[in-house]
Amino acid sequence: MRRGPGRLYAAPALFWLSVFFLAPLVIIVAYSFMTPGKRGGIEWKPTLDAYRAIANPTFLKVTLSTIVMAIGATAITLLIAIPCGYYMARSKHQNLLLMLVMIPFWTNFLIRIYAWIAILGNEGFLNDILLATGLTTESIRFLYNRGAVMLVLVYTYLPYAILPLYSTIDKFDFSLLEAARDLGATKLSAINRVLMPNIKGGILTAFLFTFIPIFGAYAVPLLVGGTESYMLGNLIADELTKSRDWPLASAISLVITLVTTAGVLLLLRANGAEVLGGSGGEERVIQEPSPVGGAR
Amino acid sequence: MRKRSSFSRSVFIGTITFLSMPLVVLIVYSFNASKSGSWSGFSLRWYVKLFTDSPQLWHAFSNSAIVALSSALVATVIGTLGAVAVNWYKFRLRSYLRTITFLPMILPEIIIGVSLLVFFSGIGLRLSLFTVFVAHVTFNLPFVFLLVLARLEEFDFSIIEAARDLGASETQTLLRVILPISMPGIVSGFLTAVTLSLEDFVITFFVTGPGATTLPLYVYSAIRFGVSPVINALSVVMIVGTVVLTWSTRNFLKYIAAK
Repeated sequence: MRRGPGRLYAAPALFWLSVFFLAPLVIIVAYSFMTPGKRGGIEWKPTLDAYRAIANPTFLKVTLSTIVMAIGATAITLLIAIPCGYYMARSKHQNLLLMLVMIPFWTNFLIRIYAWIAILGNEGFLNDILLATGLTTESIRFLYNRGAVMLVLVYTYLPYAILPLYSTIDKFDFSLLEAARDLGATKLSAINRVLMPNIKGGILTAFLFTFIPIFGAYAVPLLVGGTESYMLGNLIADELTKSRDWPLASAISLVITLVTTAGVLLLLRANGAEVLGGSGGEERVIQEPSPVGGAR
Repeated sequence: MRKRSSFSRSVFIGTITFLSMPLVVLIVYSFNASKSGSWSGFSLRWYVKLFTDSPQLWHAFSNSAIVALSSALVATVIGTLGAVAVNWYKFRLRSYLRTITFLPMILPEIIIGVSLLVFFSGIGLRLSLFTVFVAHVTFNLPFVFLLVLARLEEFDFSIIEAARDLGASETQTLLRVILPISMPGIVSGFLTAVTLSLEDFVITFFVTGPGATTLPLYVYSAIRFGVSPVINALSVVMIVGTVVLTWSTRNFLKYIAAK
């Protein structure tokens, strides 16, 4: 580690992220304490109105249902992803299985949502079959409710959980499980007491990769949800573009930012660098699961 | 050997079915002769329409390509220099740089989209393809930075010292020593940035302006109110295209990493 041209090399990145990432966040903080302008924007009159609005029951309801949705979808995703990662890690055909998980993962985010509209929509595949076989006489409305949002969220983020879990479990020494069994542990207790503690880092990474984007979900509830499956992301967009209450949109964004950052910091502190995939520390975050294809 | 667990196997098979079934349905239905509803025979009409009669779609595609390539290029240059600085040099704001490259990756996309929209309107910048470009550089930069940094961490400062001792100037060291060794990280950073940019819907949605529709935004407007057969065909082209591209990219990366 030397002094040298470091400042010069770092300058463009420092400039870009300070101006286009940090400054916008600071502006959001400032806007959240101001009075809404007539057609969007703000007037520079300080007020706590936005925070009072957040505390009203409608907003608390959406916040609560967002939290419930995020926890529920994340829990289902992890419960499916752990056995999947385990099976992949123990398989002799790892590359093939990895491919099967990666293809949906590489498919465009909107196309993946659209596929469910094509299946569950009023004119979709499932209604086609039901009508053709005479099981129903009218098409059934499968979409535009909380169940549909939950289903599509799980579908969208499942690969984000499977990949880090697979790469963690793959490094696990399976002879430890055999040893536990030989020493008299039942299969279940061997998994709970030997495997699980060893793959904690992978589980936490998978949790972060699914919980954060689901907590801030926007597109999925917009496309397959109804009014009762509104999430915080949709609320922000509405305040911004329809009600044009920018301070309120800023305040809600700030809440999401704080919750997310606090969550990540707590997990990192509790588990050290292990959370993000091993000895390398935080910079390994996107290395393990997807060299190409992104981690969004 | 004990008998292989059948529980994890059935979960895995179920999951793969769940993950691929929607894509299979899309593929099958893209060849359906009728506009919607039941199967009425094999046809390529939606593919014909996609390639010959969808001017807006192709305009959106070219916007996406422009933004993806330009934003990936800029993010790669800035991110690579930043990674070199953080890996080998001491400077003020070093830990600040590490934090602001980490934060954008953990925040939900909507926060970045909303804050940039508010920012652009605050400084009076009209929303256009340029604001989309700026937003894409912003979310791509941290990924490039981390991928290049991960590569650089495999080397230590002695190679820089050696270059300097042998009389290389600062610029020569950068161009002839640092860039070649970080090339696998740079290439994978660039490709990741292109992919993320082509993929992005949420952030783009907030910072786009008139005439600056990207492909995901076009898809969004087409599927907003239900099934669209041209989008079925487009989906299949995109799925095949992504698989071929990603597959060849991975092999290409393995090839340069091995070199």
